[in-house]
Amino acid sequence: MIATSDITIPDWIKEEHKTGTTIVAAEFNGGVIIAADSRTTTGAYVANRVTDKITPLADRIFCLRSGSAADTQAIADIVKYHLEFHEMETGSSPLVNTAAHLAKSIIYNNKERLLASVMVAGWDSYKGGQVYVVPISGMIVRKSIYISGSGSIYAMGYLDAFYKPNMEKNECLEIVKNAVAMAIARDGSSGGCIRFAVVTDKGVERNVILNTELPRFYEN
Amino acid sequence: MEHPKQQTQNPMVTGTSVLGIQFDGGVLIAADLLGSYGSMAQMRQLQRVFKVNEKTVIGASGDYSDYQFLLEKIMQKVNQDNCLNDGYVYKPKQLFSWCTRVLYNRRSNFDPLWNRLVIAGLENEQPFLGCVDLLGNAYQAPCMATGYGNYLAVPIMREFLEKHNNRITEAQARDVIDRCMKLLYYRDGRAYDKYSIAIVTREGSRVEECKELQTNWSVASQISSYD
Repeated sequence: MIATSDITIPDWIKEEHKTGTTIVAAEFNGGVIIAADSRTTTGAYVANRVTDKITPLADRIFCLRSGSAADTQAIADIVKYHLEFHEMETGSSPLVNTAAHLAKSIIYNNKERLLASVMVAGWDSYKGGQVYVVPISGMIVRKSIYISGSGSIYAMGYLDAFYKPNMEKNECLEIVKNAVAMAIARDGSSGGCIRFAVVTDKGVERNVILNTELPRFYEN
Repeated sequence: MEHPKQQTQNPMVTGTSVLGIQFDGGVLIAADLLGSYGSMAQMRQLQRVFKVNEKTVIGASGDYSDYQFLLEKIMQKVNQDNCLNDGYVYKPKQLFSWCTRVLYNRRSNFDPLWNRLVIAGLENEQPFLGCVDLLGNAYQAPCMATGYGNYLAVPIMREFLEKHNNRITEAQARDVIDRCMKLLYYRDGRAYDKYSIAIVTREGSRVEECKELQTNWSVASQISSYD
């Protein structure tokens, strides 16, 4: 048993599970593309190297999670529950805006207790593809593209330079993939594979790019 | 017995200065379109001024999530006004008073809304400009600014107003605001070169499309080395 004070307790024993993360969501001509890395860390130990951070909240609405894994999973579960109920009551698919505001009110009203930063993205028949960002503080803002998580800073410049609204699906996918790959390359808390989903009126297409297939850039 | 909830927050995504100035026949406030996450310019295109109703506009610096929370509450009151439809709407001084009470109350419970609000409008045809901060400090003045603007912009606006006996035209007001926003962009590390204006005149109120600053960096080519 690790009890005495002169033995340092390794970080992976007492650290909370965090999704270090790089998550991206982008609107394109026809819907949204969402992508995330697959690494969950406890301190520096990789607790899960194949995590799925793209969590479905409804048929065409997804939540991208960063921050504490436990907090964001709990929030996603609660929002999913409310949306299911709402869908039964209204008889039609929920709006992305609704899902995002539900997440926001949980995060804002518990901002001192939670460490959760999410993006809610998806497609609805009212406004098409939408991306909403709900960072730690509990504000909410709609963006046409956003990258979040510890790895975001390494790819923000790339996205600023190459993203344009209303791109075609493959163009947009290429840019999103490259962005996550760059972040994985530089951020210790992001890694593994790139999971992505393309959400349009026709449905959801989900896929994985394995670590061995990731685009590589100049590495000195 | 349960411990009373005590939370003093840390502001996360924040806005920098909001400027406000009165002119003959109205008042205008301006704020840039940036939400900063510490030193990072995280969210550009963030509207920090808002039209409440035809007589009042509001702007905020500080934590954006707390500002959104406050706006939600204010819009609920405005919607109630619209539903009652008896010709009475929230006037700027009323809103200012309400905001002061709310902010002071929150600070007294160690749970502040981390903002500095600028509330502006026409109160009985007279321009009104008031500022409330997260501690509940509230005051009115013919020109004001929050954040760095308080130090850099207010002296400029005050001098201009005093030179013209507190009576300036809308065009002059826009001009002095533009000059101040430019100065803030030069000297405030958390500022941005696009800003938007919310203006109240006798015709009503509106938030205008964002303006981009025309900055002058020609002095750079005149400087070389440090000695």
